[in-house]
Amino acid sequence: MTQSLFYKQHQRRINLWCWAFLAPTLVLYILFQGWPIIASWYYAMLDWSGMSSHINFVGLKNFQEVAADRYFWNAYLNSFKFTAGVVPLQLVSALLIALILNNVRLKGRNIYRTVFFLPVVTVASIVGIIMIFIWGPNGPVNGVLQSLQILKTPLNWLGDINLAMGTVIVIFTWKNMGTNMIYWLAGLQSVPQELYEAARVDGANSFNTFRFVTLPLIMPIGIVIALLNVVGSLKVFDIIKTMTEGGPFFATDVVATYIYRYAFSSELGLPRLGYASAAGIFFGLTIIVIAVLQALITKGLKRRQADFE
Amino acid sequence: MNSSPVAKGKKHFGMMIVHILLIVAGFVWVYPFLWMLAASFKTSEEFFSKGLSLIPASFNLANFIRAWNAAKFSQCFANTLVITASVVAIVLIVSAMAGYVVGRYSFKGKNMVMGIFVASMFIPLGFTIIPIFEIIKMMGLLNTRLGIILAESGGSHIVFILLFAAFFKQIPNELEEAAWLDGCGFFRNFVQIMLPLSKPVIGSVIIMQFIWTWNSFFLPLVLSLSNSKLWTLAVGLYALKGEYVVDWTGIAAGGSIALVPIIIVFLFLQRYFVEGIAGAVKS
Repeated sequence: MTQSLFYKQHQRRINLWCWAFLAPTLVLYILFQGWPIIASWYYAMLDWSGMSSHINFVGLKNFQEVAADRYFWNAYLNSFKFTAGVVPLQLVSALLIALILNNVRLKGRNIYRTVFFLPVVTVASIVGIIMIFIWGPNGPVNGVLQSLQILKTPLNWLGDINLAMGTVIVIFTWKNMGTNMIYWLAGLQSVPQELYEAARVDGANSFNTFRFVTLPLIMPIGIVIALLNVVGSLKVFDIIKTMTEGGPFFATDVVATYIYRYAFSSELGLPRLGYASAAGIFFGLTIIVIAVLQALITKGLKRRQADFE
Repeated sequence: MNSSPVAKGKKHFGMMIVHILLIVAGFVWVYPFLWMLAASFKTSEEFFSKGLSLIPASFNLANFIRAWNAAKFSQCFANTLVITASVVAIVLIVSAMAGYVVGRYSFKGKNMVMGIFVASMFIPLGFTIIPIFEIIKMMGLLNTRLGIILAESGGSHIVFILLFAAFFKQIPNELEEAAWLDGCGFFRNFVQIMLPLSKPVIGSVIIMQFIWTWNSFFLPLVLSLSNSKLWTLAVGLYALKGEYVVDWTGIAAGGSIALVPIIIVFLFLQRYFVEGIAGAVKS
């Protein structure tokens, strides 16, 4: 009896401590994540500049206006175009490099890793500004292509309406490939060495080993990496803001730059926080749907794998 | 092992080709940085006449001095340092505490809280930036360093909680039980037994959060738009562009300055970084 009472008290004390330890996280979360998620729904129904106390409740009008705005759908589509370009490019290039750098007999592989990781740790706005010059009409990219006789006249890679999106995709991939390389390396290291030895004994060449041993085993991690890439590239802001500001003629305008323009920049007159919130919700919902779909697919795959075994 | 000299030679040759390919690819990869570094020593005339060359005619420091003083980079640098150090400290403490209880104890409501945390990891900043801006404004922290620090440490550390939780989970119970018997309370148990064990996780949290905050652009831009005294390096560099004539060599020098701390931190903590991510991917 006393024993269980003591135990109960002890348990309650532990519970208290647990919540006390969780409290700082909860406070920060509620302030800067939880509440904002809820509040943006409310903001989205306001006609509000954020500057004055003049606030009008307009219901779903903002949503209707967003849905009818050609430029919003342009930005929305661009976000997906950008993602569709970035994700495969990033996944494949990072996997190739990871496969090479995973070789234990390769000397200096830590140096190579650092080299390929370097763009990840650099400030995006610097990268943006440097890239404006490097890919500009008088920049090194044109210089090299011209001296190799591939190009006759220099191209304005970031300023040409047809080239800008592709260029932005290449630069973003360059900036973030290193993270993917580390993910893949971690995945590759989880493949048991015995399997490679068994494949070698069976006389498999390196392509077959990759195809039938490595690939199936890193597939589950690959799906997670792909999802992280999708979500990360749909969120893109820094690089685009600093390189093209969404231009030329909205060719690289994505949802984040679109929202920024309405909420924080003075280009369009008074900011429209309510309208920008509505645009944010449209987009946030899309990302959540993708995340949920991914969770379901991974679950399905895992189940299939379990059945298989 | 007992492969013939011919096969060995072939292998050696193959390795050499791999090295050559890696060196070429690596050079292309870091070219923008080499270019920036070279440009930060060049004069404006040299920059425009010989923009491609990677070796400057002379190592003049005028660009660095101009960036540091005239473009107020010293101030940006100090801001970035204060903001980054504070965010790293806050996130480290907060996520270690949460990760400890989540990893080692089961209590009512835990699964729900964690479920909500993980689910909202996917929500983009563009979705929540306006309410964050308003909350900071309501708290009277708009255009203050504290505002940026709080907002930066706000939603970003869920990954680290999971990292800490996974680590603490696999520490054997005996250690903690012994400490309990010795009269070590909940808090001291955490600080004196658990934290010192978790150095690898602490290392990877420091380096990841350092990189994120040092490079962070959206939040500092939005929260310090109207007060250039609070600009971080990322925002200050961005503001340099296009305000007057673009001062390319000045920007290059500023960019080189901004790179130094992050490379130092990265080189020191690199080992933990790969381990940390590897651990996170596996679990």
